[in-house]
This record gives sequence, C-alpha cells and structure tokens, in this order.
Amino acid sequence: MELILSKYNYWIYIVLMMIGFYAMIGKRNLVKKLVGMNIFQTAIILYFISTGAKRGATIPIVEHGHGEAMQAIHAAHYANPLPHVLMLTTIVVMVSTFGVALALIIMIYRRYRTLEEDEILELRK
Amino acid sequence: MTTSPFPILIIVVPLISAFFIPIIGWWRRGLCYPLVIVALSISVLSSIFILHMVVEQGTIHYYLGNWDPPWGIEYVIDHLNAFVAIIVSVISLIIAISSRRSVERELPEKIVYFYCLFLLQVTGLLGIVVTGDMFNLYVFLEIASLAGYALIAIGEDGAPFASFNYMIYGTIGACFYLLGVGYLYVTTGSLNMADLSKILPDLYHSKVVLMAFAFFIVGVGLKMALFPMHVWLPDAYTYAPSAVSALVAPLMTKVGAYVMIRIIFTVFGPNFSMELIPATTILCWVAAMAILFGCILALGQTDLKRMLAYVLIAEVGYIALGVGLANKAGLTGAILHILNDALMMACLFLVVGAIMYKGGLRNIHQFKCLHRKMPITMAAFTVAALSVIGIPPTCGFFSKWYLVLGAIDANRWLFVAILLIGSLISAILFFRVIENIYFEPADYAHNGGEHGEIAIDEAPLSMLIPILITTAGILLLGILSGKIVSIIIQFAVPAGL
Repeated sequence: MELILSKYNYWIYIVLMMIGFYAMIGKRNLVKKLVGMNIFQTAIILYFISTGAKRGATIPIVEHGHGEAMQAIHAAHYANPLPHVLMLTTIVVMVSTFGVALALIIMIYRRYRTLEEDEILELRK
Repeated sequence: MTTSPFPILIIVVPLISAFFIPIIGWWRRGLCYPLVIVALSISVLSSIFILHMVVEQGTIHYYLGNWDPPWGIEYVIDHLNAFVAIIVSVISLIIAISSRRSVERELPEKIVYFYCLFLLQVTGLLGIVVTGDMFNLYVFLEIASLAGYALIAIGEDGAPFASFNYMIYGTIGACFYLLGVGYLYVTTGSLNMADLSKILPDLYHSKVVLMAFAFFIVGVGLKMALFPMHVWLPDAYTYAPSAVSALVAPLMTKVGAYVMIRIIFTVFGPNFSMELIPATTILCWVAAMAILFGCILALGQTDLKRMLAYVLIAEVGYIALGVGLANKAGLTGAILHILNDALMMACLFLVVGAIMYKGGLRNIHQFKCLHRKMPITMAAFTVAALSVIGIPPTCGFFSKWYLVLGAIDANRWLFVAILLIGSLISAILFFRVIENIYFEPADYAHNGGEHGEIAIDEAPLSMLIPILITTAGILLLGILSGKIVSIIIQFAVPAGL
C-alpha cells in the first residue's frame, strides 16, 4: 500500500499506458486503436512531466544572474525544466503521428467504406 | 578531439531541400528531381569527406549551438557512424536517380510531395546515424518513420491499411524507446551517449536501468523488424510504390540494426549486455529463429516483392545474430552485413521495380524467358541473388563468412548450422526464380502465341544505371571486403571484445 501511495504518479502512468496498449492491440476498430495510441503516448508524457516535478520548488529561473553577487543555488529549490522541454518536442511528434494516422484512416475509409479491421480483411480477400 | 561542421551538413542540406521542394514544385515541377539529386549528392560528398577525416584523425564531434556536450546536443562521428552514414547517403542517392521514371508512371500527380517526403525520410535516417544524443535519436527516428508511413501509404490497393498497421507497431516501438530514454534520464540525469556510458557502469545493478535496456531492445527490435516483431513488414513493403520499397527496405532495417549496436555496445557496454544479463544470448536465439522463419516463409511466396520482404526479415536475423554473438568476428560480420545487405536489397528491389515498370509482372511464374527481354536486368538480379545466397566472389559471402567464424569462435555450433541452413534455403528460393527466368520455356499456349505476349524490353537507362552500379558494388565490395574490414570495421568494433 505504501508502495502504491508514495509513487502514485508512476502507478497512474502504468495503468494509463496499459489501457492504451490494450486498445491498440485488442480493439478491432481503427479509430479505437488510434484513441488507444493517444492514451498510450499521453501516459508517457505524464510520466516524463511527473519526473521533473518537485514539492515546494519554483520555476527554474535564477534571479541573481549576471553582475550580481553570486548566491548559493540549491538545485532542490527549482523544478527540472528538461523533461518539460523534451515533452514539448514529443508532443509535436505525437501530433504529427496523429495527423498522419487520421489521413490514413480517411484513405482507408474511402477505399473500403468501413473502419472495422475484420471487415477490411474480409474485403481484401 | 576534432570538431568539424560536416556532420551537420549531411543532415541540414536534405532537410532544407525538403522544405524548398514544395515551393519550387509549385513553380516548376520538373526542378524537383534535380534538386533532390543535388541535395543528396552534397550529403554523399560530405559523408565521404567525413569518413576520410575519421580514418585520418579519429572521432569527430560537432556541438549544436556551441553548447558543451552533456548539456547540448552533440553529433559524434566515429568509424561505425561514418560507415553507416555513407551507406545511407549513397544508397538513397542511387534510389533517387532510379526513382524518376517509376514515380512519373505510378504517381504522376504526387511527384512534388513524393520527393519532399523522400528527402525527409533520408534526413531522418541520416540523423539517426550521426547523432550522439539519445533523445535526438528518438526525434529523428520519428521523422524517418512518419515519412515512411506516408510514403508507403501512397502505394497500391492495400497500402493505406498496411501503412496503418505499420504505424501502430512503429509507434509502440518509438514509445518504448522513449520510455527507455526516460528511465535512463531519471537514473543518470544525462541524455548524451558518451556521458551515459561513463555514468552507467556504477548503476548496472539498478532495476530501472535493466528496464530501460529491455525497453530499448524491444523498441528498436520493432523498428528493425526483428523476428517476432516483424508482422508489419511484409504487407507494408509489398504494397508500397516500387521506388519507396527500394528506399525503405534496404535502409530502415539497417539503421535500426545500427541503433541496436550503438545501444548494446556503446551506451551500455559489453559488460552489461553480456555478463550481467543474458541479453546477447537471447538475441542470438531470436535471430536464429528470424533466419529460419524468414527463409521458410519466403519459400511459400510466389509474389517476388513479398518473397524479398521475407528474405529481408531473415537478413535482419543475420545482423542480429552477429550482434548477439558479441565477439570480434561476429560483430565484424554484422557490421559488414549492414553494408552488403543494404546493397543487395537495393539491387533486388530496383530490379523488381524495373520489372514492374516494364511489364507490371510480380508473380515469379510470369517471369518465364524474361532473360531474352531484359538480359542486363536479369543478370543483375542473378548476381544479387548469388550474393544473398553467399557465393564467393560476391560480397554476401564475406559477411556470412565472418558470421560463421564468429559462431565458431563463440563455440556455438548450432548457430553455424543455422547460418548454413539459412543459406541453403535462400539458394532454393532464388534458384526457383532464376530457373523460371532462364530455363523455363515461355508459355506460349497460355497467352495465345507471339501476339499475346506482353511487350517487354530492357528497362530505361535511368533505371538500368542504378541497377548496374549496385551490381558492380556487390562484386567490387566482395573483392575489397578485406580492405574495408582493416581500414574501417576493425575500429568500429568496440574495444574489449
């Protein structure tokens, strides 16, 4: 119980990721697969963001920068900005994956008039 | 330590040209093709220049935006990088040259967008190769994959659905890779490969690092179509336009293999992957299965392009086996096979493209007497086929030779047997096709005499020259393979193996 409560953010990400993974692999409808893919990717974003967070920390801007007397800077007082920056890039990648996927779904629908995987496989025989 | 601006030039030139192509294509459609050729030629020249510098002076670094390595993104070129970068840029230039006619025929409306995506794909592949940063590698992996999904989807009837499946698997692979990066970042606080390899040895017993390694291997395995994760490949590469499968088939899987070598040997180090966990042993078994299943499944195909897709799965198995053996000879074989297989597959897929361009044929039973109509193309096909089987003067023999030596060194006689069985099955595979081409009498009764025959003659020059270049490459690199090993590959194999 302790293990779950103290690391609840990681548990949430694992549960979300598995929901998404199941939908990508198990569902027959292509749009559902796509929704699963989005949940899967969002879970990973949540994981990265939660690793950068710290209790009682502030934004990582050092006030006394150039020209001022140097003060001791404790890393523990500042949130880690790097995971957030990485996730900005990842969000761009994910949005474009989603866009390509939607375009593919439109092409598939125009050709087969259905989005059920088994019906498409039936039609292609 | 040497710094040089050339690593960035390899990537930036195709990337910027990819953005200019829609603009120029909107004005003059005919200018797209020359622009692609020029951009890729610059990439080829700078990668040749870099290889020369690496051989002369050792590893080259380039700091993006002049930020020092652990904080900024760093491009590192050593012998392995430079070698793979040359393969990628040269093969993509050859494919680009030959693509002109088949693109005009197959996708007359979409030439501009085709070349834009083509360049983006090449940018992604080259980026994966030159970068020294784990997260940057993820971004390039996705650039290459996204361009690949779109390129495959413009193919024939089943293409969009095959591409969608590829996208689902590819996204799972990329996300697993990203998770691996995240786990490593949480434990080490670094994303730079060289930095990670310094920090990681103290953390080898951490479970998080172990999970990261597992995620990396599965993610990259999905991208390179290693055996149990290959299901997306045959459909995607069969239905893609012929110019696209000629580009994607030789390069995407090879670049995946390169990433695997990087992660197992550079980031984690042989100590971790061989001694602490039996990762390389597992990889060996998976690879052995890939070789057998790829070859056997290929036997069941009559569609030449689909057969080649299964052969490709077996070839990925050969590379993975060399990586898994993890000794000097085995890894030399794997790295040499990256080069040889890229050439062989490029040549075979170009021939398939030429046959489809001329006659629209793809079933091997339709190839009867094709050597009368396309003698040069068929000769090239035969040379490439002999190379896949592993007959001595061709380059395929030498990489398999090193792989067998590696298996003997590691005292794994079963894998020696599997390598030989794989070669034998591919001999059956290709002689079946060659027999159809050269020895079967043409089936006149079937298509109603001389007049019913499809009129086929030799492929156009712009397709023939790339085919001949790759064929010459197969023969020449076979002869020069000793030199390649002694100048480049022996330095690419990590020390301590």
